[in-house]
Amino acid sequence: MTTTSTETAVMPGAVAPPAPQTKRRRGVRKDRAGYLFLLPWFIGMLFTIVPFFASLYLAFTDYNLLNAPKWIGLENFADMFSDPVLLKSLKVTFVYTFVSVPLSLAAALGVAMILNRGIRGLPWYRAVFYLPSLLGASVAVVLLWRYVFGFDGIVNAFLGWFGIDAISWTSDPDYALTTLIILHIWTFGSPMVIFLAGLRQIPVMYYEAAAVDGASKWRRFRSITLPLLSPIIFFNLIQSLIASFQTFTQGFVMNNGGGGPANSTLFYNLYLYQQGFGQFNMGYASAMAWTLLVIIAVFTAITFFTAKYWVNYDS
Amino acid sequence: MSQTLQTPRAAKPNEDADALIERFGSTRKSRFSRHVILCVIGLVMMYPLLWLVSSSLKPNGLIFEDLSLWPAEWSPSNYTEGWNALEYDFGIYFSNSIIIVVLSIVGNLFSCSLAAYGFARLNFTGRKLFFALMLGTMMLPGHVLLIPQYILFAKLGWLNTYYPLLVPNFLATNAFYIFLMVQFMRSLPQELDDAARIDGCGPFRTFWSIILPLCRPAFATTAIFTFISVWNEFFGPLLYLTDPELYTVPLALRQFIDSEGQSQWGQMFAMSVLSLAPIIGFFIAGQKYLVKGIATTGLK
Repeated sequence: MTTTSTETAVMPGAVAPPAPQTKRRRGVRKDRAGYLFLLPWFIGMLFTIVPFFASLYLAFTDYNLLNAPKWIGLENFADMFSDPVLLKSLKVTFVYTFVSVPLSLAAALGVAMILNRGIRGLPWYRAVFYLPSLLGASVAVVLLWRYVFGFDGIVNAFLGWFGIDAISWTSDPDYALTTLIILHIWTFGSPMVIFLAGLRQIPVMYYEAAAVDGASKWRRFRSITLPLLSPIIFFNLIQSLIASFQTFTQGFVMNNGGGGPANSTLFYNLYLYQQGFGQFNMGYASAMAWTLLVIIAVFTAITFFTAKYWVNYDS
Repeated sequence: MSQTLQTPRAAKPNEDADALIERFGSTRKSRFSRHVILCVIGLVMMYPLLWLVSSSLKPNGLIFEDLSLWPAEWSPSNYTEGWNALEYDFGIYFSNSIIIVVLSIVGNLFSCSLAAYGFARLNFTGRKLFFALMLGTMMLPGHVLLIPQYILFAKLGWLNTYYPLLVPNFLATNAFYIFLMVQFMRSLPQELDDAARIDGCGPFRTFWSIILPLCRPAFATTAIFTFISVWNEFFGPLLYLTDPELYTVPLALRQFIDSEGQSQWGQMFAMSVLSLAPIIGFFIAGQKYLVKGIATTGLK
């Protein structure tokens, strides 16, 4: 690679090698091909990097799209602490994330373990469990959820068989978020497929050896499966946390753009949307966006930091 | 249930191995109970979707009265009436969605394959740094960029056009797909490039004639993922499209709640079924690529 790569720049049709070039010129020509291939990406990065810093700047301004941004220092951040609706939306997002992420990952791992033990019809089962995760973010399914959990819906009908009184799932502040948590768990299929791929890489002989040594089922799970799967659990956890903090569509469609009964499904990003694009408080919305970025970064960092205690990388 | 699930065998080499392990490692009773557990979970998960399909065929009065999946009374007119229930007919919304989806797929395939080839196969100053930057954008929550991007697109006069939804896809802003293609291209033997070079191919010729044809599986995965995410996308169209004539299918569906007073559930469910059908179709056609796609990007 090191010596021959200088020839990369020789164009088709050039029969005789060109006159000897200085090393630097060859380097420039070599670079040029790479930069040409990355050209669209470079332009795209401008659409990422410039807005990234622009929103940091806007976070310290008062801006409503019509007048020029006015620098107000930390006022937006100070306002956030005394904004009860914002604190409520933060709480909704936290409850949603810290209940639904562990439950859906547990469901994903559990079903993947059952599927992994050499079962007939695996492609069929996998398809059935995976499909909902492709549909979960669609407006059609969130609309469907409104009626499945509606007062006359099938969930209440089912509970009725067991003598449980009908619950106003979507209009009772105590239950509205629960319906969306259940929707999140319903989409456990995509982490499940990743778990399944990971489980298949664990050599069967480990289990055989452990079984010979008399390890119980639980012991085999705890001492073989969990450690060897931990990098994948880690990956799924980070992915799900980041995605879940940014939930929007579910909350928006469920209550037609509002926050639901007593703002019980007012997700953080939904409130950000209301502030930024409903009331055009774009400075405040930028401050909210950066606050969420910091929150996500902190939780990702915590997960990374704890990783050395539970993630096993030397398989 | 388990009987019917066993008969249709996919042409998969490890299918027989699965059956062998199943027989070898467990008792008959535990095998049976596993199938029962899986079927119950599967049925519970599928039930809302089945109920959706059946409700779309029932008259409004029966949807919440008759909870059986088999309609006692059929009302296929939900589909024809639902198609025309909103300001524009659903033909407009579907063709809007299709235009955006097709152009997004083209854009992602074009720009991400170029970038992926650069990262995977070429050597240039700063490659590692740029690659790290690209991976960083994969983790970056999109909402941080939202407001300045909106301002930028507004200043460019792009509100109520498809440009804000399409142009980023032509600029390789989907790091996930670049990563997927990089992983795939790295698995191709380096000797291919060397041979092409000896035969006088420059990097563009090598990319076009050698690497691209071999990357078809990665492109199929990218196309299917793009299809599903763009077809479902709600936030971007909600933000940038306010003219109902430009609405995509998800935006149109949402209008059914606005006119909820009329309680046209059957029509809403009928259009919901139509909006989900393409995803399910693509899923059935491309399941192999989807599963492989998340397995490769998820694991390494």
